Amino acid sequence: MTPTALSHGLMACPHCGLVQEPAEHCPRCRSRLHHRKPDSLTRSWALLLAAAISYIPANLLPVMITSSLTGTERDTIMSGVIYFWTSGSEGLAALIFTVSILIPLLKLGSLSFLAVSIHLRSERSVHQRAKLFRIVELVGRWSMLDVFVVALMVGLVQFSNLAIIEAGPGAAMFGGVVVLTMLAAHSFDPRLIWDSSERQDV
Amino acid sequence: MSINPGDYVACRECDGLHSKAELSVGAEARCQRCGALLYRHPRMKAEHLLAISIAALITLAIAHSCPIVALQVNGIPNSATLIGCIASLWREGSLFTALLVFATALLFPLLELSSVMLLVLVGWKAPASPLRAMLSRFVMALRPWGMTEVFVLGVLVSLIKLSHLARVVPGIALWAFAATAVMVAVIAAFDLRQLWEEGT
Repeated sequence: MTPTALSHGLMACPHCGLVQEPAEHCPRCRSRLHHRKPDSLTRSWALLLAAAISYIPANLLPVMITSSLTGTERDTIMSGVIYFWTSGSEGLAALIFTVSILIPLLKLGSLSFLAVSIHLRSERSVHQRAKLFRIVELVGRWSMLDVFVVALMVGLVQFSNLAIIEAGPGAAMFGGVVVLTMLAAHSFDPRLIWDSSERQDV
Repeated sequence: MSINPGDYVACRECDGLHSKAELSVGAEARCQRCGALLYRHPRMKAEHLLAISIAALITLAIAHSCPIVALQVNGIPNSATLIGCIASLWREGSLFTALLVFATALLFPLLELSSVMLLVLVGWKAPASPLRAMLSRFVMALRPWGMTEVFVLGVLVSLIKLSHLARVVPGIALWAFAATAVMVAVIAAFDLRQLWEEGT
């Protein structure tokens, strides 16, 4: 088995990577040192819970309100996806569905699953769980796509007499979900996934 | 057996401890336990980082001063910059959305690029100064929050959406944003810890 910094009583600086004897601050770059991210699971849970609660209004409230001569249209994320699907842009519909609905949901599910598996001190499929976390960290930012699209639609249509487009409260909630899930992934310490499998070997 | 902790490297993802080895140019070292990247011998040097960050700051400035898209409705031309879009959001009361877009598409990329530029310069002039450590930590903290590449995709999606309503002509800003996104990705591929290794 591979030895760890923790099992050798050493610490790695989270910023510059210097491996050293336990100390308060890194002598090289002065970052604060910890064996593991402090309160990693508690912080992740709190942020995940907040994100899960915001996910509901983010999907139910309109993200974009279009007023034109023909009336007012209130688009939620899902109705935007359906509009693309029925107007012949299936690829675009699939893209927006993936980044705006699927990714946040899978992110909430995956991080909760990883946190639960650490609470249960699971030793199963450690490699797969490590890979899952890597993917979650990588794809999370792409969910901001819809917020950008709404912002651009509002600004670009503003000065024409086509219609008036306003950002709905759903857009802000959705942006909140993206920020909260990114913070949750950031507080999560992937080394915890490996720590329980370590415990048995030592 | 006496060990010098500085000769070791710990995996960021699983804490696996490995002794450092010399790598050939472009080669990378991966963790034996989890397969995560430990470090690589960079092809880029600090001076490349400086050049790319300055170039990206220039394209970012172009991206923010030129229209993203020019619309033509009933023959009346109409165009908007990103700052104009953010101002529209702010005016209609979507403060949080406006702030979020301002931060992720403008402020954070700008801060990240200028900090990388300063970091290289400070690293040359005063490698031991606390400012260098501060800048380095600042860049690392900002990295996940600058979303230029996501924004470029957002522009493309809005262009398609708008093309249902009017004649759209992609503006210079779209190309400038795309160029910035590529350069930010090149900078992000550079492991900042490498700058610390060279200093010791």
